[in-house]
Amino acid sequence: MPLVENGQIVQDRYLYVGDEESMPDRVPAIVTAQRFLTNADTLIRRDGSLGVRWPNNRRIAELAPWLGHLTLIALEFPKFRDGRAYSQARLLRETYGFRGTLRATGDVLRDQFHFLIRAGFDSFEVKKPADARVFAEAASRYSVVYQPSADGRIPALRRRAQHASSDAAGDARSFGDPPERI
Amino acid sequence: MYIYDAFDRQLLAERVTEFRDQVARRLSGELTEEEFKPLRLMNGVYLQLHAYMLRIAIPYGTLSTLQLRKLAEIARKYDRGYGHFTTRQNIQFHWIKLAELPDAMAELASVGMHGMQTSGNNVRNITTDQWAGVATDEIQDPRIWAELIRQHVTLHPEFSFMPRKFKIAVGASHRDRAALRIHDMALRLHRNAAGETGFEVMVGGGLGRTPYLAQTIKPFLPKRDVLSYVEAVLRTYNQFGSRDNIWKARIKILVHDLGAEAFAKEVETEWQSIKDGALVLEPAMVADIAGRFRYPNYQQLDDNPPELNVARRSGRSFDAWMNNCVTKHKAPGYAIVTLSLKPEGGTPGDCTAAQMEKLAELADRYSFGEVRVGHEQNLALPHVAQRDLPALWRELDAIGLARPNVSFISDIISCPGLDYCSLANARSIPIAQELTRRFRDLDHQRNLGRLHINISGCINACGHHHVGHIGILGVEKNGEEFYQITLGGKADENATLGTLIGPAVPYAQVADVVEDIAAAYIDLRQTADELFIDTVKRLGVEPFRERVYAAR
Repeated sequence: MPLVENGQIVQDRYLYVGDEESMPDRVPAIVTAQRFLTNADTLIRRDGSLGVRWPNNRRIAELAPWLGHLTLIALEFPKFRDGRAYSQARLLRETYGFRGTLRATGDVLRDQFHFLIRAGFDSFEVKKPADARVFAEAASRYSVVYQPSADGRIPALRRRAQHASSDAAGDARSFGDPPERI
Repeated sequence: MYIYDAFDRQLLAERVTEFRDQVARRLSGELTEEEFKPLRLMNGVYLQLHAYMLRIAIPYGTLSTLQLRKLAEIARKYDRGYGHFTTRQNIQFHWIKLAELPDAMAELASVGMHGMQTSGNNVRNITTDQWAGVATDEIQDPRIWAELIRQHVTLHPEFSFMPRKFKIAVGASHRDRAALRIHDMALRLHRNAAGETGFEVMVGGGLGRTPYLAQTIKPFLPKRDVLSYVEAVLRTYNQFGSRDNIWKARIKILVHDLGAEAFAKEVETEWQSIKDGALVLEPAMVADIAGRFRYPNYQQLDDNPPELNVARRSGRSFDAWMNNCVTKHKAPGYAIVTLSLKPEGGTPGDCTAAQMEKLAELADRYSFGEVRVGHEQNLALPHVAQRDLPALWRELDAIGLARPNVSFISDIISCPGLDYCSLANARSIPIAQELTRRFRDLDHQRNLGRLHINISGCINACGHHHVGHIGILGVEKNGEEFYQITLGGKADENATLGTLIGPAVPYAQVADVVEDIAAAYIDLRQTADELFIDTVKRLGVEPFRERVYAAR
């Protein structure tokens, strides 16, 4: 399963550590939510980057007190059509201000890249190699967005209002054709 | 008419490119049908019994003649020469080939149309009053708010994979012409005691296997907060709605299980954390969207011009049509004309390419190039000068669109049923067709007055049978089609769910049963003015039950 970060297929720096395995020293590690919550005090003092794999049916609020100690959170898409982790991602980025790596895991296909990036993900465990290879193209498919989200892109509603208040004609020209009646 | 700008057109073009790629991957086998399914659904493409079906959004039911002509062209080129208008102000084509879908979508995009979010587990086409912008009783044109919400939820990064579909309706009058309470979420613009306008927010309505009417969770929401509040409701639903069981996945179940109060509290907490953020609607943004709705330059005309009165006195058919199909317009001297898509023996909501083309010509000539689609599966010309009504009537009559049966017993709302739909248990269309034949006599229909029949071919209730004055639901028993009959439902400002009158009846008896119910009503009503629905309300279903089952 290829990992994509910064638009490139990369080697995973992190190691997934099972609940029964011992924690490796200094190696960036990802533990389960269960393990993290039972040993949080010990785990955050360990030397090395720490990530948590957080299931999509647990409230993000539970994780909130520890966010400053985490360098990565992996959120789960057990099925393509199960979109709970999009809400979790936006809450992490926009409500709780999490600045670490936000990784999408599970049933991750190219058709989600646009949504995932907008929801604040910046690391992608892509299910199919062919999808990972076309990441850049699929990710830049939409030049127009209609709503503000975790990626900070300016939605059409605000761009229009800006056009209206500045030199409307000039801006419209620089964007494209003038509005036409349909 | 809302005018798309370069942003809207750019997004549609990009969507077509993406869908073309998805179809190519499906055709090459790179995508399995299971993987392709949610992708095609997001673009309004269903796989039905015989072929792929494409559902095209008609936001708030407003169509330009350019768009209507394009729909006619699509019907001829990619389908079998007709389209089907649905109960959610959309149009469906039932015979499209998968390989041709991207081209059809590209053609639709050229006139600002698309199938985005007409199916799938996302926010569906926002519906509203089909008379928005011309009704005499509205506070403001509700389409401005429908459009703001439509844009906000289009390709929303967080809400494109929710537990189930999510339907939003917007109204702006004390009269409900948008069936607000049967929606997952509804917003009704009203004025509070201080004279300010804001929205009553209702959630948790829906029909299907477990019908509920939406409950008010916020009596007055300031307009600036509409988007943040919608976002808070969707976020709550997206996280906590059931995903294990498709029958429990709609928001109505979550609202019912938590209780409306607890649900509202959950939403309120989320809303408080985002309400003053990036989603605040600044007046300039609303003004910009409002400014993209263009209204006709009405002439200064008087109501009831002399030539209209002459025509009414001299032609009984014209007068009957005037009484039935023509409604008051907010501009003096103008009228709203409803066009029945319910001919005798026809399929409710079907419209041929030839009718669409002729109608486009008439709309250009008589209605400032605009046509409306209503949730009753009829069309309307929203801006007709009253002095033009006699001429318009003659032309509509020539193409079969002047039948004066609007809101009468033969103006039936029906889903496609087992003739098309893979979910259906029973046929709907042949029942509707038989009823239009039984009740073909217009004098009899007028005598029965306002009487809505709604037919669904399965428990998913696409024909809204729960809110029909007479509701007919097809079920399957031991491989045979049976029909449950409910009475007393309605979807207006006093929305009510119908009451079952007794055991289901076989296919062959449905029309007889409806005739019995109609005859019982004539006997039971107190005066000729008492509507069917009011007689049912006064007496309950018992006397109807007796009449129907006495002889069976």
